[in-house]
Amino acid sequence: MAHLSLTSVGKTYAGGVDAVRDVNIEIADGEFIVLVGPSGCGKSTLLRMVAGLESVTHGDVRIGDRVVNRLEPADRDIAMVFQNYALYPHMNVRDNMAYGLKNRGETKSVIAERVAEASRMLELDPYLDRKPRALSGGQRQRVAMGRAIVRQPAAFLFDEPLSNLDAKLRVSMRGEIRRLQRRLGTTSLYVTHDQLEAMTLADRLVVLNGGRVEQIGAPLEVYHKPASVFVASFIGSPAMNLIDARVEAGRVLVGSHDIAPAATDAGPVTLGLRPEDLSLASTGLPVAVEHVEELGAQRIIHGEVAGQPIAIADSSASELGETVHVAATPGKIHLFARDTGRRIDLAAAATGLAHAV
Amino acid sequence: MTDTPIADMPDAPRRSLSARLSDWYFAETPNPAKRVQFSRPLTPWIFLLPQLAIVVIFFYWPSVQAVTSSFYIEDPFGFGSTFVGFENYTDAVTNSQYASTAWFTALFCVVVTALSLGLGLLLAVKADKVIRGAETYKTLLISVYAIAPPVAGLIGMMFFDMHMGPFTKLFAAFGYDLRVGIDYWDTAFALTVIAVWKQIPYNFIFFLSGLQSVPVSVREAALIDARSGWRRFKDIILPLLAPTAFFLLVINITYTMFDTFSIIDVIVKDKPANNPMTLVYKVYLDGFKGNDIGGSSAQSVILMIVVAALTVVQFRFLERRVHYG
Repeated sequence: MAHLSLTSVGKTYAGGVDAVRDVNIEIADGEFIVLVGPSGCGKSTLLRMVAGLESVTHGDVRIGDRVVNRLEPADRDIAMVFQNYALYPHMNVRDNMAYGLKNRGETKSVIAERVAEASRMLELDPYLDRKPRALSGGQRQRVAMGRAIVRQPAAFLFDEPLSNLDAKLRVSMRGEIRRLQRRLGTTSLYVTHDQLEAMTLADRLVVLNGGRVEQIGAPLEVYHKPASVFVASFIGSPAMNLIDARVEAGRVLVGSHDIAPAATDAGPVTLGLRPEDLSLASTGLPVAVEHVEELGAQRIIHGEVAGQPIAIADSSASELGETVHVAATPGKIHLFARDTGRRIDLAAAATGLAHAV
Repeated sequence: MTDTPIADMPDAPRRSLSARLSDWYFAETPNPAKRVQFSRPLTPWIFLLPQLAIVVIFFYWPSVQAVTSSFYIEDPFGFGSTFVGFENYTDAVTNSQYASTAWFTALFCVVVTALSLGLGLLLAVKADKVIRGAETYKTLLISVYAIAPPVAGLIGMMFFDMHMGPFTKLFAAFGYDLRVGIDYWDTAFALTVIAVWKQIPYNFIFFLSGLQSVPVSVREAALIDARSGWRRFKDIILPLLAPTAFFLLVINITYTMFDTFSIIDVIVKDKPANNPMTLVYKVYLDGFKGNDIGGSSAQSVILMIVVAALTVVQFRFLERRVHYG
């Protein structure tokens, strides 16, 4: 077990393409870090650089106190769980788990003990003599986990380990991974494109976009205070409404509608409103209703305000007219600079001023 | 994908070849609905006729001919034949020249198969790692396969020519007098080199495609599990290549026993000395050059039995140790 640190890590491919740029992350011992972002954001490349499967072209990767940039994957004291499990098809479950240990020269009794422990933990005992092809997807996934666990590595690396499973199994495996990681206390780096998986698993999230880190923070911190328009749109489901607005004389305006006070300079801004922070009201921002998604517990009302799309999560059952008026929960609005997309800190202005829209 | 645990799926029990054959013969069709019914019993035979005719005319008929004529001594001019029982067989087996040819064939098989499989695998492993110019490299290696065996023999003969062949000159530079066509082992060496050279591309193609079907993630997992490249190759890559290797082993043995005929013909034909040859070439030589049809037939029947035995051995003993992913 060890801490992990990435210092201005970057990856430039032979063609001059920057897949990862200037990433700085300090990961504490035992922390569960999730790298999340859309496909092509460089999250897998970053993970593979830590694993040693991709070369590091800039910066330093440290595992514990060692710079591992030039070490072979087998010398880095890591274990990796692959998306398609990557089990050895000609070995049975027991040999699959034992192979890495054998190569490290562990004694037979140590190997047997660790395999037994891992298989008990993962409930793999009945399958130890099976070949991978005689296992179901979930069982294969657990064998892949077992192979990682028996090594007792400094860090676990997960590369989208659940994306080949069906939705129901994914949820239960998600819980299982979290429980195991808590129990073993092993530092973990986990890559996913699924923001829900990221939110539920992570101690801290690293949101990546175009090879750069957009934001690092605890899931709720990222949810409540997205650092940029990108993070705001990526984290949360349904996605945050992003509406062109402007600030005039200390007020945020959408079209001619006054939304909230804003202690910031006058000029164009992007206004972020989470669907769940909006509610129907008798007066307020007028929304032309386009269609409604019924989800049972709530409904998502899709509409248009000042020519821009907006979604409202509504749990009332009231009749909807062609136009509804919505109000934002006070203090739950987000402003982003129109040019840079970065968050404008409104904390000072938002607190203590209860404003219906 | 649903997560149905496959809890009680035992491995198929190991059963003898004869048991499997009898099952296949006596068993009911697994899906009776699929059994095709013909209103006239002769119809299916008419459909089968063209294929059966080819098999009978070109395979069974000559085989039967060979077996029958192996029991006769035929007049060299074809005027008559005398039944002699097993005399042709005893003559062949007790003949010292036959024994030495048999030994050479066995040695030739082992050496050529081992070398062409080994070198094919080595080149494929190296080609698999080439990134720049990979296509050119592969094409160059594979192109040798397009050369017909007699042409390969001719090219080999030029290289090993006693007066102007570059290989002869190369050996001469080291003080060795290479006399292909005169010296028994020099000729054997030349035959082996040509036969291996001709077969490498074939093995190369199959090994390369076998290597490329090993999933990248499995290789990467091995990279994390094992530090030594040789270990990874031996423990992970090689077992996954085993089905390919088994197939190639069968093909290569067949190749060395039968398809090297034209290479041997080009190198050995009209050479005065006692030169090495395979059993197949001896069958041809005794039958068509020596006009001893009976003896030649007996030899080819022995060859048939050897091949049948070899096939059974290969499938019964080797296949069990081969992992089919």
